[in-house]
Amino acid sequence: MSTEPGGDLQSSQRFAPPQERRDFLGLAAIWSAVGACAFALIGALRLPMPSVFPESNPKVKLGPPSRFLDAEVTALPEQRLWVYSTSEGMYAISAVCTHLGCIVAKEEDGYFCPCHGSRFDAMGNVVAGPAPRGLVYLELSISPDGQLVVDRQKEVAAAVRLKA
Amino acid sequence: MNPTMAPETPPEKKPKALRRFRRNLAETPRLFRDSLVRHGRPTSDRSASQAIFTNFFLHIIPTRIDRYSLRIRATLGLGVITTVLFLLLTGTGIALMIYYKPSTAEAYNSMKDIHYVVPTGRFMRNIHRWAAHGMVACVFLHMARAFYTGAYKAPREFNWVIGMGLFVLTLFLSFTGYLLPWDQLAFWAVTIGSEIAQSPRELTDALGITQWFDPGGAQKHILLGANHVGEEALIRFYVLHVIVLPLATTVLLGVHFWRIRKDGGLTRPARPVVHDRIVAQQAPAKTYGLMAVVRGRTPAVDREMATTVPAWPNAIFAIAALSMLTMAVMLALGLVLDAPLKEEANPAVPENPAKAPWYFLGLQELVSYSAFMGGIGIPALVVLGLMLVPYLDRERENIGVWFGGRQGKYVCLLSAVFTAAVVVGILAFTVTQGWLRNWYPDIPQVVITFVNPGTVMLVIFALWSFAIMSVSNSTRMGALAVFTCFLIAFIILTYFAIVHRGPNWDFYWSQSQWPRH
Repeated sequence: MSTEPGGDLQSSQRFAPPQERRDFLGLAAIWSAVGACAFALIGALRLPMPSVFPESNPKVKLGPPSRFLDAEVTALPEQRLWVYSTSEGMYAISAVCTHLGCIVAKEEDGYFCPCHGSRFDAMGNVVAGPAPRGLVYLELSISPDGQLVVDRQKEVAAAVRLKA
Repeated sequence: MNPTMAPETPPEKKPKALRRFRRNLAETPRLFRDSLVRHGRPTSDRSASQAIFTNFFLHIIPTRIDRYSLRIRATLGLGVITTVLFLLLTGTGIALMIYYKPSTAEAYNSMKDIHYVVPTGRFMRNIHRWAAHGMVACVFLHMARAFYTGAYKAPREFNWVIGMGLFVLTLFLSFTGYLLPWDQLAFWAVTIGSEIAQSPRELTDALGITQWFDPGGAQKHILLGANHVGEEALIRFYVLHVIVLPLATTVLLGVHFWRIRKDGGLTRPARPVVHDRIVAQQAPAKTYGLMAVVRGRTPAVDREMATTVPAWPNAIFAIAALSMLTMAVMLALGLVLDAPLKEEANPAVPENPAKAPWYFLGLQELVSYSAFMGGIGIPALVVLGLMLVPYLDRERENIGVWFGGRQGKYVCLLSAVFTAAVVVGILAFTVTQGWLRNWYPDIPQVVITFVNPGTVMLVIFALWSFAIMSVSNSTRMGALAVFTCFLIAFIILTYFAIVHRGPNWDFYWSQSQWPRH
């Protein structure tokens, strides 16, 4: 035992030895408090997670399909996409780079991202650079009033074509 | 009055109330001063101690401080400079908040107003921008100082962990502030930043589980409140920048300072205790009661008084002088250099090249190999690894000595040369030869995620420091090696991305070779 005045404050002698039953109840109380706080935190974290996105409707009318039939490819910079029209049908490729969201530029035989140098071939597959996957194909459809509609949030397989 | 008590002596004749009032009024300045500071100008060690511990603002400093801790080479003053910059940023930031409007329609115009119309607005914004850069730089340097002097070792391990937290908070503060001007630079830097937050999809996509488990998408949505950088993102970044992060930083700073004292003051080399001196225990008179409760030592108990000096005036004046110097430099910078403001954000046209601020450019170089590894994987591993260093290296020799002595200096020099060779070699190889996808176009992304120039460097550094640890038979040498590797790699990558990366993130020897548009 320490002979310091006031005793050794850090020694366990200052406290009665723990009793197991009380120990258990104490621990149960503490852990239920911790659990309650954790669940409250999870609940609070749901607040910043948006359940409705503020974007306007991801489906956009692009005008009558005949507008796109003349040229093989039509650029729509405002919608960040290209609409292609081939003999098999129509498809849309998004201009948003799959690496870090820059806008790719179209070259003669493919696409090119100015931010980190990703290259894509004419079908949007990655050829070089850091992009983890090919460019995104967006869903095309025809609205009841006969207009071509693109869903900017909906990805489709690269082989999907819309018969105009 | 109790009737049993002795009869009272007749009271002195009280002066008239009006006369007393006049006298009180005349004495008020003196009484007010006495009630404010409680003591006069310190004339002895004891009253110097009192000047410190009776003052709320000064009591974070111990009443006596080791002579060594006041030397420039002990700390380089970096902690004080960082703190002053943080206070300066808080002050100028509040001033800017008066005019800044966090909405996409108004933000850019209010920046223009602050720059051209608001009295002293441009000056405040300049100071805010340069102090932010300065704070990031000083935090880096302060971390290096603490590491190289072994200040992370017990009993200061946890303060090192808190320091890492402050380091991350400082970077987040800078990143969130970056969006607020809503110019092209801001918009595209934050677009890239939020896509990095989403980059765990690189892994979940490869595993094909994104539709059930998508931490990347969740992070991006929490950060932006939308799928793109817009109104919601601006408000969120604003809230983080002006309240959440400064508050967290203030709390951690408080703990950081408090622990310096509780862990026994600033780290310093062990010195043989001089026994033949007569030690005058004049002060502190009030701290002994804590000795049994607080672990660790205070300067007053493990040192003879001869090695310590009163904090007033020695430490106080040194801190005041350093603060004045820091503020003078920032004021001069604010007068001479204008903070950049590019054209208004345009979501259709990315900046080319879209470069992040300098302290993120090293990461941006890594991101151009793999978004997930460069933006999340490698930084997380480095921060986690540095946090664990004090628990993995517990050698007690040469604490407080720069680089831990001659062997350490040699190890650091060797590691610096080795790292420079490795990083320059890998960069040169990548620029000239390309990487896996250039050779095997069909290679799965998950291979590139784990095998890219960034991860290769990380593995080489880890192997190097294990080799150093094994050869020198010292964990401290291993720690010095790995920290030096990170530091030198960070500097070279940052330099490379600033100078040699141009439009399309292509390699150029200098900016004058950039193609003209």
